[in-house]
Amino acid sequence: MPSNKSVSDAPIVQFTNCRILRGHRLQREDLWVREGKILNPEKLFFDEKGSADIQLDCKDSIIAPGFIDVQINGGFGVDFSLATDDFKSGIDLVSQKILSHGVTSFCPTLVTSPPSVYHQVRDFLPSHPQGDKGLRLVPRGERAKAGHVETGIVLPQISIRNGGSHGAGILGAHLEGPFISKEKKGAHPEHCLRTFEAGAFQDLLTTYGSLDCVRIVTLAPEMKRSSEVIQELTKRGICVSLGHSVANLSQAEEAVQHGATFITHLFNAMLPFHHRDPGIVGLLTSDKIPAGRRVFYGMISDGIHTNPAALRIAHRAHPKGLVLVTDAIAGMGLAPGRHTLGQQVVEIDGLNTYIAGTKTLSGSVATMDICVRHFQEATGCSVETALEAASLHPAQLLGIEHRKGTLNYDSDADFLMLNDGLYVQATYIAGKEVWRQDALGM
Amino acid sequence: MRLVILEDYDQASEWAAKYICNRIIQFKPNQGRYFTLGLPTGSTPLGCYKKLIEYHKNGDLSFKYVKTFNMDEYVGLPRNHPESYHSYMWNNFFKHIDIDPNNAHILDGNAPDLQAECDAFEKKIEEAGGIDLFVGGIGPDGHIAFNEPGSSLSSRTRLKTLAMDTILANAKYFDGDLSKVPTMALTVGVGTVMDAREVMILITGAHKAFALYKAIEEGVNHMWTVSAFQQHPRTIFVCDEDATLELRVKTVKYFKDISP
Repeated sequence: MPSNKSVSDAPIVQFTNCRILRGHRLQREDLWVREGKILNPEKLFFDEKGSADIQLDCKDSIIAPGFIDVQINGGFGVDFSLATDDFKSGIDLVSQKILSHGVTSFCPTLVTSPPSVYHQVRDFLPSHPQGDKGLRLVPRGERAKAGHVETGIVLPQISIRNGGSHGAGILGAHLEGPFISKEKKGAHPEHCLRTFEAGAFQDLLTTYGSLDCVRIVTLAPEMKRSSEVIQELTKRGICVSLGHSVANLSQAEEAVQHGATFITHLFNAMLPFHHRDPGIVGLLTSDKIPAGRRVFYGMISDGIHTNPAALRIAHRAHPKGLVLVTDAIAGMGLAPGRHTLGQQVVEIDGLNTYIAGTKTLSGSVATMDICVRHFQEATGCSVETALEAASLHPAQLLGIEHRKGTLNYDSDADFLMLNDGLYVQATYIAGKEVWRQDALGM
Repeated sequence: MRLVILEDYDQASEWAAKYICNRIIQFKPNQGRYFTLGLPTGSTPLGCYKKLIEYHKNGDLSFKYVKTFNMDEYVGLPRNHPESYHSYMWNNFFKHIDIDPNNAHILDGNAPDLQAECDAFEKKIEEAGGIDLFVGGIGPDGHIAFNEPGSSLSSRTRLKTLAMDTILANAKYFDGDLSKVPTMALTVGVGTVMDAREVMILITGAHKAFALYKAIEEGVNHMWTVSAFQQHPRTIFVCDEDATLELRVKTVKYFKDISP
């Protein structure tokens, strides 16, 4: 059919015979894409008198927004907190591999590490906005020391970039620590923990170096001067998350009032819920949250980090705040055995990961799609709710829901085709297929 | 006139859809010769549209060489408002079929010069060679399109202020809030529809029964504008049993008997 589109000549793709997640429910609607964005077909029809150039039959698949993982420490043998010579190719590998799990955007997470892992050395080139082409150079001096666990530079090698066939997009780094509680360090190395009671935000800046590509910082709000730090971070558009903490509810509420909006892996590495002081968990039903704000909370729904009953309690108490995260470690995607996580060694056995020789949980090896399915099964929630917990909610947390996390018109066309069992069949970024399940053809 | 009486809404919708489908197929439209169809909105034709979409999806009916002209559109309602007739036509019909967007004509209720918009619409119909089949409905006050009681039976496409009856009937689409219902609309005239080579009026439901009675058993009267079609050479009224409730038994029997 002749199409004389007045706005653009770019090809228009119409995905038909599918159920799309829009307006919080699965609707029998076609999905239209042009120039990497979701297109409004009614506007196309009436304003441009345009029509589709390509029609694809999705064989009754579910189409959902791509998953966004805001807490992932590595995978496939790559550890984001470990400085190596080929860190860049490590992050590229993970971003490429997680496409098959349905993740189209993520925040590479750095656990508590020595300052050298964070620091930006003065000779560094600034990050190129297009990412791939802006390879950060490791200055000669540091290169010589590469291979030692304590030295080398990691954080500056993480740059914000769009996703594509090369892999999922990077939204920025999630710095989990070192400003966390000793009592709730979990698998984080104690010798690297720090406080900012001397210089508050300046201390934080000194530790991290630059905050250019930092998207989320997890800290313990009971630490002295945390309010100032939280305010400064929030002012810079960085999401502050509470975690690895022994804060009581008032301390947590104060942190929220100063700008904190997230809780790192609810229940894990914090005081347990107590009926006279619910601690951080109490934020889910707190009445001291500033008007118009919502507290989000990460949940590792791998069936191990949280008992399904606890998952259900959290979900029922505050369904709109639940954000599924993998907290995946380097061992994700690898065979059982020993692997590194930051400065520590961990042991994998099935979906369980412990600090080697102990029973302390340390991250998970569940993939995001496993988490989505497990969440849906454990809570009995609707497919829509399960999918939104991994897409819409993390997008809302990061304030990017106008372009990610939904299939609304003009959003980035990052989406997944799933079957009814919520297994990912194909992954699309900016409207282009970047991964497909081999077994089933389309 | 033909009066075709089907048992219920679904059967009436199917009959009407089949009739339209057959008309298009028999016409054998092609690149140089389009079939022109006049189209209504509202709850009555929804079943008919669903059936037409079904025939299209089955591969039996293509709208590639069909031009459509809708009867009316609200004035001042944004085009993408869920209750605009543009939205109605997109969601209930156009998005499911293969019509060329250049051939789907709906009056623009937000045009800067409304009368010029109406005149241009009449011209487009003329340029398309006139309407082969105009499908319409009937309001509870006997109006066709928005030709409210008192509209001239020889009227053309123009701006009309809506009658209270119509506003009340439409309130259900605007959360029951009368203040939200548009008060003006652009509409084809009675004369415009009378110019069509064939006219099919869909009337279903007991609430339309009195209007049907006035339209076909009483005289031609500008207070019941559908009555004008008594003077059209080729009009079919398609209705369900409930819509015949105010007709004389004699009328109903006659038309049922002569129906194949």
